[in-house]
Amino acid sequence: MGRYIAKRLLLMIPTLLGVAALVFFMLRVAPGDIVELKYAGSGTFAPKEAIERERAQLGLDKPLAQQFALWIAGVARFDFGRSMWTGRPITEEIKIRLELSLQLAVMATIVAILIAIPCGTVAALKQDTWVDYLVRTFAIGGLAIPSFWLGIIIILGFLILFSWIPPLTFTPFWVDPWTNLSQLIWPALAVGYRYSAMATRMTRSAVLEVLREDYIRTARAKGLWERAVVAKHGLRNALLPIVTVIGLEFAFLIGGLVVTEQVFNLNGIGMLFVESVTRRDYTMTQALVLLVACAFIFMNFLIDLLNAWLDPRIRYQ
Amino acid sequence: MQRFSALTVAREICRFFALLAPLALAGAQALAADAPRLGGELVFAVGETPPSFDGHRETTFAMIHPLAPHYSTLLRFDPHNYPKIVGDLAESWSFSRDGLTATFKIRKGVKFHDGTALTAHDVKATYDKIIFPPEGVASARKASYAMVAKVEAPDDLTVVFRLKNIAASFLANLASPWNFVYSAEKLKKDPRWYEKNVLGSGPFMFVEYAPGSHWIGKKNPQYYMPGRPYLDGYRAVFIRDTAPRVAAVRSGQAAVEFRGFNPAARDDVVKSLGDKAVVQESPWACNLMVAINNEKKPFNDPRVRRALNLAIDRNEASKALSRISVMKYIGGLYRPGSEFATAPAELNKLPGFGKDINAARNEARRLLKEAGVAEGFSFVLKNRNVREPYEVTGVFVVDQWRKIGLNVTHMPQEGGPYFNDFRQGNYDTGIDFTCEFMDEPDLYLLKYLSSDKSPINYSRYKDPMIDEYYDRQSRMLDIKDRLPLLRQIEKRVFVEQNYQFPILWWQRIVPHSHRLKGWKIGPSHYVNQDLRDVWLAQ
Repeated sequence: MGRYIAKRLLLMIPTLLGVAALVFFMLRVAPGDIVELKYAGSGTFAPKEAIERERAQLGLDKPLAQQFALWIAGVARFDFGRSMWTGRPITEEIKIRLELSLQLAVMATIVAILIAIPCGTVAALKQDTWVDYLVRTFAIGGLAIPSFWLGIIIILGFLILFSWIPPLTFTPFWVDPWTNLSQLIWPALAVGYRYSAMATRMTRSAVLEVLREDYIRTARAKGLWERAVVAKHGLRNALLPIVTVIGLEFAFLIGGLVVTEQVFNLNGIGMLFVESVTRRDYTMTQALVLLVACAFIFMNFLIDLLNAWLDPRIRYQ
Repeated sequence: MQRFSALTVAREICRFFALLAPLALAGAQALAADAPRLGGELVFAVGETPPSFDGHRETTFAMIHPLAPHYSTLLRFDPHNYPKIVGDLAESWSFSRDGLTATFKIRKGVKFHDGTALTAHDVKATYDKIIFPPEGVASARKASYAMVAKVEAPDDLTVVFRLKNIAASFLANLASPWNFVYSAEKLKKDPRWYEKNVLGSGPFMFVEYAPGSHWIGKKNPQYYMPGRPYLDGYRAVFIRDTAPRVAAVRSGQAAVEFRGFNPAARDDVVKSLGDKAVVQESPWACNLMVAINNEKKPFNDPRVRRALNLAIDRNEASKALSRISVMKYIGGLYRPGSEFATAPAELNKLPGFGKDINAARNEARRLLKEAGVAEGFSFVLKNRNVREPYEVTGVFVVDQWRKIGLNVTHMPQEGGPYFNDFRQGNYDTGIDFTCEFMDEPDLYLLKYLSSDKSPINYSRYKDPMIDEYYDRQSRMLDIKDRLPLLRQIEKRVFVEQNYQFPILWWQRIVPHSHRLKGWKIGPSHYVNQDLRDVWLAQ
């Protein structure tokens, strides 16, 4: 197992290198220039020499290959450089937002699990009854309704009914849990609903498949309570695909909730992503793409380990 | 004869005062309501984050709104009497007889937030940075001070500007809200220090900046103006999207958004807050204009450009667009309502501003035919992908040009490609914009100077006549002398050449909480943002 883990970690390097090269060159192909954007934003006079000087300061006058080499050398030292837009260290800019995005991802995942597993299981057990149809309708609604739209409805509802909206700025949980939760519970519900929809459908399918297995019939024949049959024998075996879906979706939540963050005015990674792309902030965009790539690779790896733990028959060489 | 006992008299006196008391109380309450109240934290929304903290290099309201309260400037615009210029750090000033030397006396006892004294040397260092920036230091408005030969500080309380020539806009440029006065000591150590740091002498001290989230300032107890500021502090909350920004003001979580909302957002706020909302409106020193690539056929033909101008029904534009956007006022090259603006009666005589749009469009069709432009000629109008007011204006303009038989495609673009295409001349026509901090022709006309003199003229033409008129009017101090030249420039642009032309000027709409007092709207969202006169009612 140790060799397997080491091999997976080493394989991350060429994957990330490929992602880095792709994002680096793709960004430079897109038209537009961060310096022009900075100066021309309000239509005010901007001298040409100031623009050229600024470009030189940002290293944009160097050959592309040199820019790439310098950047990769920095990344290897975990130095992602500075934001071309603000001049602040990228790690600092990301750190401020990562806490919120991580907490939102965790909360949305909890909401999804709390909805998906019970609902999916019940739907499987009560297949083709009104309970099943209700759960399936609920799940389809979650897939069809964009989470940002749901977020807008939540905000409007509060505004119109109570003249209230969630707090505008992020307060860490340990500073003021009430303010923290009153800000993040609503986007967590909006995102978690959609997230739970996929997981519910996956749970239902997986449990249905498992309930038809011989060992389930054996368990029932042995006289076990239905609850033990479903929870201990059925659900445990159905968890593999569910864990995979939930895990991959969690990785997406880091940096993927662009519109939801805009709707709720959350200062998260998604918003930072959009801003850095719009501003042609190359260094920031590159760092964020690497972050998301790392999140996906790491979650994949974690899912594989979790699957191995859940199913002892799986052994990685 | 009736006799009154002492008791009766006393009773009557008491009854008289009892009747008066409620009136007196109401009067006192009214007076108290108008009297500034100390304390409280003002929370306001800002639609963007500051790219850096240096006012001399930045050009966005996203920097001014959170940072202006930390700084003083040499001069400022009187917030209650725009565009009157008053002193901030300058106690008084005078000009030499020939107008080439301006001497400013600096207030005594002003301190930076770290306790060090602010002297004339700091003002000199500040203006040296703006006008003669060292290598590697950006100064966005350097060209506005081309008339300055030298800045001197002969003593701690005197700053002297030596000018190369008289310039009408000189004093107004010194009142620029961007000209934060910095510490000479800090600038000497690192001329770029202020890009990432804050140290001013303004009414509020810096407390905290959470990138992407909020900016906090607290009252400066050593502020040079006794009794100011009234507020204990302020919090600027960054809310990028319009809908949550409006929601913040509607819910009362933010008292105001200083830049301005569109009419629909204003109505939403008023509907939500009812009598707890106050709406201030003002013409805005911003406009949208049509930029034409004068180097490209057939737009190099003045008849084609004139036709494009004639086709636009500005009266209809004002009615239609003012309902859904901030586009409202019909005006020429200078903000309507300003001292430089052409009177409506005169403006109506200029092509594109007449009342008879059918006649104008017939003339436009005739001109196109004469210039050899076929019916259904296709071209593109490039625009920023900002819904309001850019995209809605673009849609309107395209519709107007289709009415004279042209086939126009509207192409909204992201900021990067948009500016790139304009700078490279990779466009046919486009929606351009201008937004200034004051009504000063020297600033408004920068767009219209020859493109080799003005990098913000994207229309790619050279007109020595406009350049000459510009130089001449900018050296005249009396507005009566400037106006004829300004009219000449307007005539050259609208009647003779139509290189590029404004569509409509904007309307600034700021709905806010009734608790916000002491802030008066002006034609520029850059000006009057130091919050020193602002207070919060109960």
